[in-house]
Amino acid sequence: MEAVRKVYRSGDAEVVALDHADLVVGDHEMVTLVGPSGSGKTTLLSIAGGLLSATGGRVVVGGKDVSNLDPRQLTRFRQSEVGFVFQAVNLVPFLTARENLTVVGELAGRPRKATAARADRLLGELGLGPRAGNLAGQLSGGERQRVAIGRALMNEPKLVLVDEPTSALDTKLGESVMELLRAEITGRGVAAVVVTHDARMAHFTDRTVEIVDGRLQA
Amino acid sequence: MSLAWKELVRRPGRFAVAGSALTLLVVLLLLLGGLLDGLFLGSTGAIRAQEGDVFVYSDTARDSFLRSRIGPDLRRTIEGTDGVGATGGLGVALLGGRTPGVDETLDVAVIGYERPPRGVPAPPRPGTGWADRRLADDGVRAGDVVAVGPAGVPVEVLGFVSDTSYLLQGALWVEPATWRAVQSSARPDASVADGVFQVIVVTAEGVPSGELASRIDAATGGRTSSLTKDEAILSLPGTREQNGVFTALIGVTLFVAGLVSALFFALVTLERTPLYATLKAIGAGSGRLLLGVVLQALAVASGAVLIGGAITLGLAEVIPAAIPVQLEPSRSVASAVLVVVTGALGGLVSLRRIVRVDPATAIA
Repeated sequence: MEAVRKVYRSGDAEVVALDHADLVVGDHEMVTLVGPSGSGKTTLLSIAGGLLSATGGRVVVGGKDVSNLDPRQLTRFRQSEVGFVFQAVNLVPFLTARENLTVVGELAGRPRKATAARADRLLGELGLGPRAGNLAGQLSGGERQRVAIGRALMNEPKLVLVDEPTSALDTKLGESVMELLRAEITGRGVAAVVVTHDARMAHFTDRTVEIVDGRLQA
Repeated sequence: MSLAWKELVRRPGRFAVAGSALTLLVVLLLLLGGLLDGLFLGSTGAIRAQEGDVFVYSDTARDSFLRSRIGPDLRRTIEGTDGVGATGGLGVALLGGRTPGVDETLDVAVIGYERPPRGVPAPPRPGTGWADRRLADDGVRAGDVVAVGPAGVPVEVLGFVSDTSYLLQGALWVEPATWRAVQSSARPDASVADGVFQVIVVTAEGVPSGELASRIDAATGGRTSSLTKDEAILSLPGTREQNGVFTALIGVTLFVAGLVSALFFALVTLERTPLYATLKAIGAGSGRLLLGVVLQALAVASGAVLIGGAITLGLAEVIPAAIPVQLEPSRSVASAVLVVVTGALGGLVSLRRIVRVDPATAIA
């Protein structure tokens, strides 16, 4: 991200959610983004992931400039280049663990067999092989978290964006999730940004960047 | 699309309310159509069965059989009009009839005819007649003698014919003299002389029916009022009004079906906003999500049609014969298709809401 700005207008007033953000995350690198509520973490994550367009600046992911893509192009970008792990996990409740992964391939129009094979491999690596046929509602909290990580990796993304992965977890469980993220993500040559307000989790990543009032701290 | 299908199959209860409402509306729609067709077919059978193209009434009759009289002189003028092929006289008397073995008085339309209509044999000998099956449903049997009118003019039933009733009354097809005898005995003030009929049914030769009707009226100097077959059918008392009312009821019911579908899927879409945000975040386009909603709307409407159709068929078996419900395949299929289409259109109403779902809200 190069000098990225995001400004919201409300009548005559302007709210600067992100102010000239410069951030480089390398392949294999996992960066923690910490900051208080309202500091701009979610805005940065959304822009990096193509969920929001920046007001100004440049965003390049995996060598592709996504700064001026239209909504349809952003959808295709998210299908192939980005994976998300949401704070609330957000699995589709009426799909099984496997189907929550294969839906990513289905949305991108990938061949069914290859998608199913990748899903089964990921679930196996995540220790969820025996639970692949269970509906999301039948999984434990930790299992759902792991399915969410698998879903984020389904489309072999260049960038994984993780939003508050430990906010609803106790310390022990939070640490095991961070260990899993580290093991699964960095082992695949994928860049990752983990947003958290919990500074205790920072040591699981390569470096920590702080954001305050929309500005990344040096 | 498989996402929408999986939700349907794994959470059928979620769609139960809309499905139940649509099923009831389908039953209502099919019964309304059945009533419309039952009333229409039961009222117009005798006219629809006629082989002619134009029906000629006297000009003062206001297109009513009972008020019309066409005598031999006027008939000769009609037959001399260019484009007129074969002609046949027709007359109707609406009376009560009694027969041994049947306690109640029968409603009978005694019809005197020259040219056999579709499915009716040639005019029988005097004092005999071919009975419409509606009279068989009332308990009349072949060989029975029906005493018609207050004077009890006897008419022996030779056999039965189908779909020839007149104004929901079973027809008794007789030769013209028998009809005149029945009419004159029942209504001395409205008796019919030899050679006189109420209506002359004309076959057109080499000219469209509408044009022939105009030609005949011009040839008779306005002493006749000629109608095409369709016009003659609609001129039967109450037919046009009945069609109008039932068509309006059917239209409203279809509209309500579309509304039920639209409201249900609008609410479901609203409830699914967080799910749609997540799906959009991981790469679903609005078009795909909308397609899923339309698929579900189609499936719910189709299920309602199947279940509602089965219920209606069952009800039709137990509805008393006095209620003229007739489920015609063409109308039933058309109604089913319309319900499915309006159901799908109801799903389309969610388009705007789906497009406005912001994937950024998945991260919140």
